[in-house]
Amino acid sequence: MSALFEFCLRMGDNTLVLGHRVSEWCGHAPVLEEDIALANTALDLIGQTQLWLGLAAEVQGEGKSADDLAFLRDAWDFRNALLCELPNGDFGQTLMRQYLFDEWHCMMLNALRSSTEKRVSDIADKAIKEASYHLERSRDTVIGLGDGTTESHARMQAALDYLYPYVGELFVADGHDEAATKAGIAPDLASLRDGYDAALSATMAAAMLTIPDDKFAHKGGRTGRMHTEHLGHMLTQMQWLQRAYPGASW
Amino acid sequence: MSKEWPLWEIFIRGQHGLSHRHVGSLHAPDAEMAIKNARDVYTRRNEGQSIWVVEAKHISASNPSDKGPMYEPSESKVYRHPTFFDIPEDVGAM
Amino acid sequence: MYAQMVKSTGEGVKSRDEMSPEEAAFQDRIDQDIKIEPKDWMPEGYRKTLIRQIGQHAHSEIVGQLPEGNWITRAPTLERKAILLAKVQDEAGHGLYLYCAAETLGVSRDELTEDLLSGRMKYSSIFNYPTLNWADMGAVGWLVDGAAIMNQVPLQRTSFGPYSRAMIRICKEESFHQRQGYDIMMKMAQGTEAQKKMAQDALNRTWYPALMMFGPSDKDSVHSAQSLAWKIKIDTNDELRQRFVDQTVPQAEYLGLTIPDENLKWNDEKGGYDFSQPDWEEFFDVVRGNGPCNVDRLAARNKAWDDGAWVRDGLLAHAEKRAARKTAAE
Repeated sequence: MSALFEFCLRMGDNTLVLGHRVSEWCGHAPVLEEDIALANTALDLIGQTQLWLGLAAEVQGEGKSADDLAFLRDAWDFRNALLCELPNGDFGQTLMRQYLFDEWHCMMLNALRSSTEKRVSDIADKAIKEASYHLERSRDTVIGLGDGTTESHARMQAALDYLYPYVGELFVADGHDEAATKAGIAPDLASLRDGYDAALSATMAAAMLTIPDDKFAHKGGRTGRMHTEHLGHMLTQMQWLQRAYPGASW
Repeated sequence: MSKEWPLWEIFIRGQHGLSHRHVGSLHAPDAEMAIKNARDVYTRRNEGQSIWVVEAKHISASNPSDKGPMYEPSESKVYRHPTFFDIPEDVGAM
Repeated sequence: MYAQMVKSTGEGVKSRDEMSPEEAAFQDRIDQDIKIEPKDWMPEGYRKTLIRQIGQHAHSEIVGQLPEGNWITRAPTLERKAILLAKVQDEAGHGLYLYCAAETLGVSRDELTEDLLSGRMKYSSIFNYPTLNWADMGAVGWLVDGAAIMNQVPLQRTSFGPYSRAMIRICKEESFHQRQGYDIMMKMAQGTEAQKKMAQDALNRTWYPALMMFGPSDKDSVHSAQSLAWKIKIDTNDELRQRFVDQTVPQAEYLGLTIPDENLKWNDEKGGYDFSQPDWEEFFDVVRGNGPCNVDRLAARNKAWDDGAWVRDGLLAHAEKRAARKTAAE
């Protein structure tokens, strides 16, 4: 399959899976204003999914739609980073996950604005505006809770400790990534790391949080080699209607 | 019950370059979060270009019973309103 | 409706002779359709009744997120998921606007929230019914939002300024809610046999609870008489219910679905449909806490509130620290 197709899946599955996770909060957030803000984030991510998976389906050329890709692939065909599929946990874990993703997402989208593939740069142009706001909000919340009460600090540190081992995967390239870089579609993932680390350090310093020393990185999501157990459960919900009533139009 | 976030009044300038208009209120821990919350709560349908937030307790309001003295003087100055003047139709739009 | 069975003073409407000069002046303003604003003089009963009504309305929006939120993670397409999420988000926004309107009357949102969570204040009975298949998302939008709109459109003219302004904003935003519900119903009713079955099942379960939303007949209620005089209620429950049935029957016919009422038939004389009343005993059971979902709904709201306490406290503590640092630096 082409590098472009694979690349679109990786972008689109990230936003699909993370958007789904964030949407789980709707009606359950700590305060109304946060409930509304989380729904906006989820809506943006779902909207971006339609663009990425729409392009993936177009590139694939088998007459499928973004919905077909979202609802009719099994877990091994998903190409999202593991970070995106991890459970929401408490609000702190959700916002920490969001921040760790947003920081990467913004760097990625910014680089993609100069992609040689116009359809990719078009999506990036639109998505970067949304992602920049997500980042502003998730960063402020991580800082606010990290430097809040003793309890909120402890919870945020626990969230960072749990999630940090899932950050490394975002920067590890495989053959598909290298092909996309070579074709000028996407940046070299490793080249984003320094900027990311600098931003992360600044945020965590402001949040009074300590970045774990261990640089071990879980991986397998972006390549599809091995997801977490959590993804399957998400898909059983997300895909249930499409699977139970094949061929129906909704 | 722990302490409630302060209440903020939200003013938004819409897309047509008009003045900021009061659109409603919300709760937020500080002014910066109030602006962010206002963006999420009050511009979900693209309503805003610029947001002002003021903590509700800092707003001083006129007393309704002063309505007479406060507003009567301006009510008598009808010439401030454009429709006070009859302009002949031949003059065109003014 | 979203604010069913709101009790006013219970004293009945005062005649002009019984009114104090302030009360008479107040009633004059209402009769002239002049809005009452928060700092204006108002009878204590008016203020209390409004807090109850707006609070109940706000609680209904918030609890109302749950039955539809139940399907966000199972929406069958990306577009349906986005639309449903946007709609449930709107409900949170509407709750927020309404709480703000109530806050102008001197009650805090946290106080109202505590009253909801402890069960002291009610929310609309409709949200104590479950959403069991995807067509319920259609039926809720079509019938529940349809019934709500029927009540909310006249409430834009209600006498209390902040409430009226909140309703204007809400009505503007809600115009898409009922349409998206009907759109789902059309897809389902024109779909496979299984989808048609879902659509009919959803209608069967939602019809009578939707009729209950308007509340029991209030033609003899002293509370309603007072609320009507104060223009915080615009139409009687029976008027609204009749209007709702008359509007909905042709819509169901278009879908090819059957309203579960054997007595439903057009009455030329009154220019409206005759229809069966819902089971009011069931209604009172639900209001007393014995609906299919009362316990779950309140548990979900309590959990969200309790689990969120550290977040609310943490962000406030941070804001205070920052303010203190800023003052120290100056």
